[in-house]
Amino acid sequence: MLIPSEIVETIKMIHEENLDIRTVTVGISLRDCCDSSGKKSREKIYEKITRIAEKLVKTGENIEKEYGIPIINKRISVTPISLIAESSEDENYTEYAVTLDKAASICGVNFIGGFSALVHKGYTKGDKILIDSIPEALAVTDKVCSSVNLATTKAGINMDAVRHMGIIIKEAAEKSASKNAIGCAKLVVFANVPEDNPFMAGAFHGVGEPETTINIGISGPGVIQNVIKKAGLQADFGVVSEEIKRAAFKITRVGELVGREASRRLKIPFGIVDLSLAPTPARGDSVAHILEEMGLEVCGTHGTTAALALLNDAVKKGGSMASSYIGGLSGSFIPVSEDAGMIAAVKSGHLNIEKLEAMTCICSVGLDMIAIPGDTSAETISAIIADEAAIGVINNKTTAVRLIPAPGTKVGDIVNFGGLLGSAPVMKVSNASSASFIHRGGRIPSPLNALKN
Amino acid sequence: MVDEQVANGNNTTSKRAIITVLGADKVGIIAGVTTALARLGINIIDISQTTMRNIFTMIMLVELDKAAKPIQEIIDDLENEGKKLNVEVRLQLEEIFKAMHRI
Repeated sequence: MLIPSEIVETIKMIHEENLDIRTVTVGISLRDCCDSSGKKSREKIYEKITRIAEKLVKTGENIEKEYGIPIINKRISVTPISLIAESSEDENYTEYAVTLDKAASICGVNFIGGFSALVHKGYTKGDKILIDSIPEALAVTDKVCSSVNLATTKAGINMDAVRHMGIIIKEAAEKSASKNAIGCAKLVVFANVPEDNPFMAGAFHGVGEPETTINIGISGPGVIQNVIKKAGLQADFGVVSEEIKRAAFKITRVGELVGREASRRLKIPFGIVDLSLAPTPARGDSVAHILEEMGLEVCGTHGTTAALALLNDAVKKGGSMASSYIGGLSGSFIPVSEDAGMIAAVKSGHLNIEKLEAMTCICSVGLDMIAIPGDTSAETISAIIADEAAIGVINNKTTAVRLIPAPGTKVGDIVNFGGLLGSAPVMKVSNASSASFIHRGGRIPSPLNALKN
Repeated sequence: MVDEQVANGNNTTSKRAIITVLGADKVGIIAGVTTALARLGINIIDISQTTMRNIFTMIMLVELDKAAKPIQEIIDDLENEGKKLNVEVRLQLEEIFKAMHRI
């Protein structure tokens, strides 16, 4: 039976500790929208998205109200557009992004993901056109998110794509320079990308997914921080881990409930709950502050990687007991610009890009929302991508890179994106060249640990 | 105990909700809220009280099966009633609490 203290606990989590459902993302297959005419294909895409996601926002708002749990974002993910558009004779896919943007606006969602290509082993004609279209597509649209998977444990690292994406990220920054290079905030490069990720910018509807699906992203760094605080500094790591597991279980159960309910009301099959702890720039919603609550003076100091490893593992253990289907990224996010504690740690000089890279070895999702100097070369960006991809490929995990080389900025400047994307202090990168390494091209072979059969 | 009847967990067909009333204790809060519930056709199954942030908190388990209005409107009505009484009144479907605290 429910007792008053349990009811009070739930209400406190929601109203004092920022517990929310971060996103309800509807995945939609566009595989039946191919056409030799780009125009016809886009008509099919628009019709299908607006038909299926028509009631998404309203339904989300109703669930939010009836259960008293905020659902921050309602979003759409679609089949990677490179797969759909390449049947057409178009030589630039920007119009497809414009169509996605319009469909997203009509449905009332804040982002639509899937202007994407999967090129871990090589390019098809459509992949090449799509990637070349990314800078313009992100500059002329507001809600479209783009992702490129360029490495997997099974395939190795496509270093041609790594080199290419360094150039594309620079172009995306230049094309949206007047808006603080926001194009780059909507573009993420992956190794071992999951096909059912509900979080942006990396969400797309994978080729193995059903016609439609609902994926849920949970949140709740504030809840986790609070249970560690309550446990006190005398609690040893076994106790800390146990407390995090319990809280993660409760948070995830709410995600599962919302997912099932949205699925029932929208008549769209329930996919997965993504266990990632997603921070926001809001006070009391920071992953960095959780690590500091464990006893670190500032996130980024020695011990940070161990603290994050414990957090990430305990969240997964608690969460995996709470939902029938776990998927997506399912690991703590450490996006610098979206986390008040990370921003403060960078500003105070305690958190640098090398430490962030180390942290990505033990959690998803990678070097995320990091502003770097505007004059950083494309090859250096490619080399940063290559390092992250290597971490992902060797460790059988997802890694990602979302860098913002905002034109004209230098170390210490602040790049503002506003809203959930927050603001990022420009971080130092090495000024020694990686160009000759990147220019080799080709593919880094898949590692020995891919040979499991 | 708020919820004797739900203990066995087999009442999935009936729609129940938890109402929490949060505010400084004073004459007329229970009367005000319960009158509003009666007007909305909402049956109270159980009432208990506790404190949250050291503030008086009333918790009610209610049944919405015979409610006169859709739940969305009930939530708005109760919120307005709370404003009149200078307390916070929230109605949330019971499942969110059960999901979190019961396996």
